[in-house]
Amino acid sequence: MTKKNKEKEMVLLQGNQAIAYGALAAGVNFFAGYPITPSTEIAEILSLELPKRGGSFIQMEDEIASISAIIGGSLAGAKTMTATSGPGFSLMQEGIGFARMTETPCVVVNVMRAGPSTGLPTNPSQGDIMQSRWGTHGDSPAIVLYPNSVKESFELTIRAVNLAEKYRTCVVLLSDEVLGHMREAVMLPDLDDVNIVKRIKPNVPPEWYKHYKNNPKYRTPVANFGEGYRFHVTGLAHDELGFPTNKSEEVDEMMDRLDNKIKHHVDDLIQIESFMMDDATTAILAVGITSRAAKAAVLMARKLGKRVGLIRPLTIWPFPNDIIRKYFSEVKTIIVAELNQGQLYLVIKRIMAYKKKRRIVPLLRNDGELITPQQILDVILEGK
Amino acid sequence: MEKISQKTIHKYLRHNKHFPHVWCPGCSNGIVLGATIRAVAELGLKKDDVAMVSGIGCSSRMPVYVDLNTLHSVHGRAIAYATGIKMVKPKMNVCIVTGDGDATAIGGNHLIHAARRNIDLTVILINNNIYGMTGGQFSPTTPTGDIATTTPYGNIDPVFDICELAMGAGATFVARTSAYHAIEMKSFIKQAFVHDGFSLVEIISACPVIYGRLNRKGDAPEMMRNMKENVITASAYEKLAPENRENKVIRGILRNVDKPEYTKQYAKLVESLKPKAEDSNGN
Repeated sequence: MTKKNKEKEMVLLQGNQAIAYGALAAGVNFFAGYPITPSTEIAEILSLELPKRGGSFIQMEDEIASISAIIGGSLAGAKTMTATSGPGFSLMQEGIGFARMTETPCVVVNVMRAGPSTGLPTNPSQGDIMQSRWGTHGDSPAIVLYPNSVKESFELTIRAVNLAEKYRTCVVLLSDEVLGHMREAVMLPDLDDVNIVKRIKPNVPPEWYKHYKNNPKYRTPVANFGEGYRFHVTGLAHDELGFPTNKSEEVDEMMDRLDNKIKHHVDDLIQIESFMMDDATTAILAVGITSRAAKAAVLMARKLGKRVGLIRPLTIWPFPNDIIRKYFSEVKTIIVAELNQGQLYLVIKRIMAYKKKRRIVPLLRNDGELITPQQILDVILEGK
Repeated sequence: MEKISQKTIHKYLRHNKHFPHVWCPGCSNGIVLGATIRAVAELGLKKDDVAMVSGIGCSSRMPVYVDLNTLHSVHGRAIAYATGIKMVKPKMNVCIVTGDGDATAIGGNHLIHAARRNIDLTVILINNNIYGMTGGQFSPTTPTGDIATTTPYGNIDPVFDICELAMGAGATFVARTSAYHAIEMKSFIKQAFVHDGFSLVEIISACPVIYGRLNRKGDAPEMMRNMKENVITASAYEKLAPENRENKVIRGILRNVDKPEYTKQYAKLVESLKPKAEDSNGN
């Protein structure tokens, strides 16, 4: 990564390393973080690499300070990121809401470990699927991505940074303890081929500038602190200029803007993988590390002549409701496999509620161990 | 240096729709706002080069009125937000307007760690001894024995000495004054802006409508008189007989030392990592 001519070679990378290098490739130039297992390698690598590239790294006094610093840094013009795990992610929730409310781009990486509370710091989990969506108070839309390989960790980190800039919000990148710590051979892309979203600078005189201009395209030009625009940023409900308001029509406009900029661009935001779904009568829905076992289970089942497929959203939120309904319209059984007590299972039950004759089977594990392909296969075979 | 007049102050205010302000009659916050603007104007700082960051509370409403780069962040975290701004734009003058609750209760951790780093932030801490915005609950600086809405039987908590706290944590410029001493306040804020390192100016202030009323401290002029009489210089304090020293608070510059500043140390680190021409072979 550090030398240009090495970029096209195959490299052996850890998931957390891939996230750190992905951040650098995406142009992240300010990282603030606090140590927590199993995400710490991301901070360690960036503390090594950012100063070499003229970027800034700071270890803050806690996770609340970390999210606060990256929001401040983003307002000053940097592309910013922090990385944490469950307990730290809980502490960051207020800041995540502030970033969404003030439309300040930043990325929070949450390498999930088993909870609740301190839980199992060195074991994987997928217990923060709902927290990444609803963790902060009040209604605000979320963009959450979740890779399932080291290569994808690199790619989705870049995408997370780009989406944060494009939609001016806090994007959450989920990973998990196994994904973060496992090593895979990765062919990294040529940095020239990496698509980078840059902030559009305003070209109006300062007195015309509106930091929160309602713009149906949502690619609003945005100024940074110190560039002559002197705008105001507040977590209070605000008007287009950013000044506090409690006029209901202005609050309504603000809430609509926050909601619509995600809702109206679902097609741009959604990434989903389908595997052997064409003739499937049984479908597995799994994300992240669990989808690897699910894919293996699909292949095992196919060898036995079972018509099984896999659906794996890479964008967890906004949840790809319509696409998934389409994929699942003909299947008889849906198996939702996840490392929690049924967070995606509830989503699938809700979005498939209109079809009564569908079996939806949860395959849940929350003892800190992974779901195995055999476990999934057993559920597939039981169902027949 | 620009001659500062009432007109100058208006040049630094945002007039579109933000007035009247939210502060109660007799509140000291306006005096601090005026002194801060005068300090910025007298130093000749460009508005674009100044960021004002606040948390939540009465004092933290200040940024919205000022034509600077302004950030009204979340409760207690202003210093952490400001740290991010300063790391990304080290040349920017970043000040924090905060209160006793915001900075020393919920935000105490960020205060001490920013002081420890000696990062060049200017903290203007308005200490009114109470949570005013939420209606009068006790703060870490509400005097022991005083009444607040959550200490109806009198406060049993010991108090923080904010300046001692900042100095203990490593702040390199620490000063205290009161809202009565407006000229001194401006001078301290100016010096805090100029100081290369973490600086904190504590301003003893009056909240007549809530703290004053709950504790029968009199009206706003009465509380002003109290500040005049009780917030005194160290030499005046020394001259007092020990039995008369109770309730007296020392004002003045309590610490002003030079130590390596954080963002400059970081810049040095970045500089030292730049590849040197003779090292291109990896030596």
